[in-house]
Amino acid sequence: MIPRHHTVLFVILLLTSVTMGAVLWNQLRRAHERLLRGQDSAPAMAPQVAPTEQATLMVADDADDSVEPRLLTLPLPQNPEARAHAVLGKLLDLYAAPDATHPVPGGAGSIAQVFLVPIGERGGRASAASPQLAVVNLTSAFAAGHPSGLETETLTVRSLCATLNANLPRVTEVRFLVEGQTRTTLAGHADLMRTYLSAETAATEGTHP
Amino acid sequence: MSTRLDNSFHPGALIRHLVVLQATLGCAQLIAAQQAPPAPGVARFVVVLDAAHGGDDPGARLANQAEKDYTLALSVKLRSLLAARGMAVVTTRESDAAVTPFARAEIANRVNAAACLSLHAALASSKTGPAVHLFVSSLPTAKDVRFAPWRSAQAGWITRSTALAGVLNSALTHASIAVTLGRAPLPAIDSMACPAVAVEVAPQSRADAQNAEGADDSGFEAQVAEALAAALVEWRSGEGQPGDRRP
Repeated sequence: MIPRHHTVLFVILLLTSVTMGAVLWNQLRRAHERLLRGQDSAPAMAPQVAPTEQATLMVADDADDSVEPRLLTLPLPQNPEARAHAVLGKLLDLYAAPDATHPVPGGAGSIAQVFLVPIGERGGRASAASPQLAVVNLTSAFAAGHPSGLETETLTVRSLCATLNANLPRVTEVRFLVEGQTRTTLAGHADLMRTYLSAETAATEGTHP
Repeated sequence: MSTRLDNSFHPGALIRHLVVLQATLGCAQLIAAQQAPPAPGVARFVVVLDAAHGGDDPGARLANQAEKDYTLALSVKLRSLLAARGMAVVTTRESDAAVTPFARAEIANRVNAAACLSLHAALASSKTGPAVHLFVSSLPTAKDVRFAPWRSAQAGWITRSTALAGVLNSALTHASIAVTLGRAPLPAIDSMACPAVAVEVAPQSRADAQNAEGADDSGFEAQVAEALAAALVEWRSGEGQPGDRRP
């Protein structure tokens, strides 16, 4: 015959073991979730703080169909492609602001990549001082959300080209892609199949098909 | 006595050759007469109205209709106004049909247009309100163009197109309509060998379009059409004299 106090002690110990097991299991699950969240937000590289510099953004204004320079102090990377990405991203951030003079949704995330390709002289090789072609890869969300119209689309293209030229003088020509593919127009009007001259923001015909 | 002429001289063959030669010259004259530009005294003042988009390409979305429908309606209205003022009008489309930019340029070039208006429509910026945007091709100006490349035929006409935009600007401003002037790459107009301007009518702001779905903007459309018709009358009486098609 098992004494009564032994039975009571056994039950208490059993309940305590089950409770401690449940608490341990819960803590294990929380720790696992914290670990997963930490992996998502962990930087792949050590953060680099770029020195702030003065950048010239060519800001479009729908009111008078103009593109005017605006000086801003921004942290700009030394790498030219990252620099181009940064200035264009800042320009689109201005357009996404509520009080924008040229409202376009999307912001900096609309610029997927910017590639700079040297343009060699005819029959010669590109040098370190050669002019460059900037290939701006836009996201499809930006193209889909851009207001449709001759004026608004033209202003966006003009201001992107002029901003590139103002901050990267070697960039003389600009081409646009959407999600890595050529596209006929931005939102039905502005021609994206041609090469734009960044200095004059005018179009060249057939020089670089 | 039978005489035999020398093989080098055959009267029958000579006559046949002369007949063939005359027929060839006659045909050449006929072809030349058909292809030659009309004499200044009989030249007609032809205006080409190019309603942008159409078919599968709706263009911009306005408050209560697509851009392709708005431009077609504006083209029909403007055609009536111009015809009433004695102008010959050619349109690039009369229905909801897809027309390529090259086909639009072909139509304008074939009729030796004295002016071509490419009609567009969009929602105006919320800060500007109803307005008209005028665009001339951004091609660099070319002079003494004898044989223009198809894709840049407009280069020889930039000066005249800019002058036409100035006349349109004056008429629209006179009608108290806000106007902006600009230059842009325009695939259809870039291939046109005539004074050509893209006219983008912005009847409503984006905020108004969101707040008042289905709002009636026919009053502004009629006002713009009247102003454009007045401008083309001015263009005809001024620089755009019939027969004066030099770039």
